[in-house]
Amino acid sequence: MLKFLLNGETIEAEVGATETLLDFLRERRGLTGTKEGCNEGDCGACSVIVTGEDGVARAMNACILFMPQLAGRAVRTVEGIAGPDGALHPVQQAMVEHHGSQCGFCTPGFITTMAAAHKNGAKDHEDQLAGNLCRCTGYAPILRAAEAASRADVPDWMDDTALTAQAPYPMPESSDALAAWYADHPDATLIGGATDVGLWVTKQLRELGDVAFLARCTDLQQIEETEDGLRIGAACTITQVLDAMRDRHPSMAEMLRRYGSVQVRNAATIGGNIANGSPIGDSPPALIALGATLHLRHGETRREMPLQEFFVEYGKQDRAPGEFVEFVTIPNQRDTLKCYKLSKRHDQDISAVCGCFNIVVAGGSVARARIAFGGMAGTPKRALAVEQALIGKAWSEENMEAALPAFEKDFAPMSDMRASAEYRMQTAKNMLRRAYVESLGVPASVLEVQP
Amino acid sequence: MSVGTKTPHDAGALHVTGAARYTDDIPTPAGTLHLAFGLSTIARGRITAMDLSAVRAAEGVLDVLVADDLPHDNDVSPSAHDEPLLATGKVHYLGQPIFLVVATSHLAARKAARLSAVEYAEETPILSIDDAIKADSHFEDGPRIYTKGDVQAALSKAKNRLQGSVEIGGQEHFYLEGHAALALPQEGGDMVVHASSQHPTEIQHKVAEALGTPMHSVRVEVRRMGGGFGGKESQGNALCVACAVVAAKHQRPAKMRYDRDDDMTITGKRHEFRIDYDVGFAPDGRLTAVDFTQYARCGWAQDLSLPVADRAMLHADNTYHLEHARITSHRLKTNTQSNTAFRGFGGPQGIVGIERVMDHVAHHLGLDPLEVRRRNFYASGGSISAKTKQTTPYGMAVTDSILDELVGQLEESSDYQARRRAVADWNARNPVLKRGIALTPVKFGISFTLTHLNQAGALVHVYQDGSIHLNHGGTEMGQGLFTKVAQVAASSFGVPLETVKITATDTGKVPNTSATAASSGSDLNGMAVLNACEEIKARIADFLSERAQGAEVRFEAGKVHVGGEVLTFAEAINLAYTNRVSLSATGFYKTPDLAWDRIKGEGRPFFYFAYGAAVSEVVIDTLTGENRILRTDILHDCGRSLNPALDIGQIEGGFVQGAGWLTMEELVWDDTGALKTHAPATYKIPCASDAPDVFNVALWEGENRADTVFKSKAVGEPPLMLGISVWAALSDAIAACGPDYPALDAPATAERVLDACQRLRA
Repeated sequence: MLKFLLNGETIEAEVGATETLLDFLRERRGLTGTKEGCNEGDCGACSVIVTGEDGVARAMNACILFMPQLAGRAVRTVEGIAGPDGALHPVQQAMVEHHGSQCGFCTPGFITTMAAAHKNGAKDHEDQLAGNLCRCTGYAPILRAAEAASRADVPDWMDDTALTAQAPYPMPESSDALAAWYADHPDATLIGGATDVGLWVTKQLRELGDVAFLARCTDLQQIEETEDGLRIGAACTITQVLDAMRDRHPSMAEMLRRYGSVQVRNAATIGGNIANGSPIGDSPPALIALGATLHLRHGETRREMPLQEFFVEYGKQDRAPGEFVEFVTIPNQRDTLKCYKLSKRHDQDISAVCGCFNIVVAGGSVARARIAFGGMAGTPKRALAVEQALIGKAWSEENMEAALPAFEKDFAPMSDMRASAEYRMQTAKNMLRRAYVESLGVPASVLEVQP
Repeated sequence: MSVGTKTPHDAGALHVTGAARYTDDIPTPAGTLHLAFGLSTIARGRITAMDLSAVRAAEGVLDVLVADDLPHDNDVSPSAHDEPLLATGKVHYLGQPIFLVVATSHLAARKAARLSAVEYAEETPILSIDDAIKADSHFEDGPRIYTKGDVQAALSKAKNRLQGSVEIGGQEHFYLEGHAALALPQEGGDMVVHASSQHPTEIQHKVAEALGTPMHSVRVEVRRMGGGFGGKESQGNALCVACAVVAAKHQRPAKMRYDRDDDMTITGKRHEFRIDYDVGFAPDGRLTAVDFTQYARCGWAQDLSLPVADRAMLHADNTYHLEHARITSHRLKTNTQSNTAFRGFGGPQGIVGIERVMDHVAHHLGLDPLEVRRRNFYASGGSISAKTKQTTPYGMAVTDSILDELVGQLEESSDYQARRRAVADWNARNPVLKRGIALTPVKFGISFTLTHLNQAGALVHVYQDGSIHLNHGGTEMGQGLFTKVAQVAASSFGVPLETVKITATDTGKVPNTSATAASSGSDLNGMAVLNACEEIKARIADFLSERAQGAEVRFEAGKVHVGGEVLTFAEAINLAYTNRVSLSATGFYKTPDLAWDRIKGEGRPFFYFAYGAAVSEVVIDTLTGENRILRTDILHDCGRSLNPALDIGQIEGGFVQGAGWLTMEELVWDDTGALKTHAPATYKIPCASDAPDVFNVALWEGENRADTVFKSKAVGEPPLMLGISVWAALSDAIAACGPDYPALDAPATAERVLDACQRLRA
């Protein structure tokens, strides 16, 4: 039996392990305000607010949120945003007044995302709403509404507190418990944020068999500063990692700002992002460039490896059945990281190429270089030949240009719907050029240009 | 008066609370069946064997239908009767429905649909424009050709001459609400269908055909759509027919909605075009002759492709007076989704063709593209004498141009000239990033080019308490049509807007409606409603006047003035009721002055033109091709706006949709004909940060010279083409990379922008 709060009301229900919140709301509760736009977490029409044990309200996509993930949590749908007496929430009022809805189908998702941002005091409206697609308005009136509403107080009916509740499915409460359970169920699927696994269910229509949810693995949800560096638990969300990187490695934080959307970053975990073995990943190339170490665990046995070694080939990672990513560590270092994410759309798009450059120049020469790419091979991959071509040489335009042919040794990218092989190769090279010109202070990011 | 005010969308409060009901939200009766199509996995060939036993055996499956199981007509085409609901042996594109699963849930139907074992005798598919040209695969006998003057002679005499070609990609509608339908069987074989459709009458027609019943046995209701954009003009037929057939067979309600991937895989999109041009021009940039060859990739069935391709021809001139012009149009038949209506309906592609020519000519001559454009504008309406009457390539006089004034005003308000200089300075200082700026105008013809569609009906009831119930043939897809039409009714009766109840579009209330398309919704339905209201008003006025010995009667501000006597509207209505005055009327409207021969390409297909212009400034990264819009200024002509807030909403939204079409929105098929961009993960429409940082939209102050409802102008489609300014600005930015012309194709993805930069730098 799953117990959670829905628009302030305690709900107890038998749920399937991979039953989505969207289907539950629409088909079992008649709450049809939450819409299915894509069923894969890309359009935001199904956005709801989930408040966890920490009391923070987070926008999430209900279409790829499995019911057991909600155990004890508070969910607020569009039907729960207006006051008990029907008074409109400030974001609702502003959306009506600023003509922020046309066809209205995306509107409930915008309302919930905006209400979560409003509650959290967020003012970066474009980022907050990057995960909500609208085909009618061109966004201008929605952004005006968000801005107008930001001046109003949060209504008291928006308070939500998590409940104490039993877990309806395996939900280990520590990494030790997880290790023991997973060793006993080596073929099971571990579900962190379900932003990837969710699609196995909603799009591939797969039956998952045994599953365990990481929602309560609190020791894996911590980011710790140790003497050697940063230790990031595998169940940390991308939102957490983004916050931790803001001061430490701002270019990685900027890249993660464009990773998925608020809804996706609030759910997706760093461990899942690594363990699913995506050839792009976005955080893996950055972590590889930072010299990150991956820590795996099977039962009581732990091992570690440089992150790049985990990715064996497309679809194959160095992970045994029953073994899981426990955490990733990043050594302390002076920040020289530059991350370049190239995609058809700036926000909420999977990279065609993601290039991360950690080039340390000392006395005019390249002392160290760690360069890694996503989207250039079957796995996230280091550009070892390029690194070698740079290391020990003066950091000059001539030497940088001379290193470019080394990309052909490191990579043989493929063509797909995101980009051609030629474009990938050319832009990978040009990213090194960008790293060079940026080191001279030449502006090279369209995102930083003001009108 | 209600008309002209910035009233919010009538469903605004319902939208923001989640209470607005879409087709999939309608509570269904117990026992409702759920449907899904099984789709072909090849693009062209013959089905040699189809084993559906696993589908039938799947959990929750009650029935599986193939073409032979359909009781009557197996067709869902809006035009040529060439689109079977379920494939009849032959497969014409990858994703074509070949069987229909009936199950107890949406999920069970989807799961079962994947379990078929189908064998095909495959044939080589015709996928691209080049494939189709090579195979001579097309609709209609040959190309359509519209001609004005003597193009060949004028081209050979021209002082300057250029040739070129531009590729223009298609576009997925990406209405946020996917297609959905619900059919409810009634007594005596009748059927009620709820649909997400821009064309309820056509749904009624196709369902009646499929059930073998007269149209009177089918009633279709559409309260609202979660976006349409043309994608729900004909593409919803299949779901409605499938639901109706199953509902009739099983005598249970049947419901179907496409999963997003299915929606994008099955349904048609904006037509991909290639346009070749050969242009002659004077040293000052004036065009002396232009010869366009347009190739439209129509897909496997005719659908609306002929009128779409016609409209591309009809907009090949855009805002420019062409003395010698020839437009040749090839409508190519390919083994891909059957392309369909999409906001602008071919017009945008035609306009891209001539805007490309303007930029190319300006680049060749080293002139400001705005100057070249301006020198070619149709003369402004007021300044034309009969002697210098300017006509389009299809022989229609352009008498309502406001281009000089409108563009002049925008040039000033956007500070175009100073910013153009600033862009050049900035580019000189920046080696990697380059800015570009462009102003592009739009002239869009308003009316269906199939003349008989320019009609509309309305039904207005005034109840004895003074409340008004309003119905018309238009459908609400977000554009605010219902609000505008209610404003018309409220203005007519002189009552507050709240007095008027807007109700779902219903084929049982207003028959024989045209699709809500061609931007015509408020022009046609607004007038039909006005006519109905005026008729009821006249009856009431006659009665009240007679009662007061011929006193004058006025309806104003919720009151009815009868001579010196003032009644509330409700009092007046009650009085009329108790004196047996009929308080219900139908209204009808047909657009006047239309005469069009689409084969000859001659006549007056449009009642009037809508105008607008946009200035966009962009920045590109010459290392990656990444780009974004920094600022856009728009001045657009809605005539005397019925609702300035809704009109500005159409303009902002249309612009961003148009900019998306020409930049990031890329449809990619592989060489088997499989659409690889079939979900938002791979097909990217603009998101919040893609709107211009600075976005100034203003309405032109003026009224329609044609006699339209309250002198307003249509606004649905024209602003989409303002997005062309972004594409032209990108080309302008690329031009900073070298002396050659960028010859940028669309969509101008980062990859295409980088390609062009590299060509110029090579």
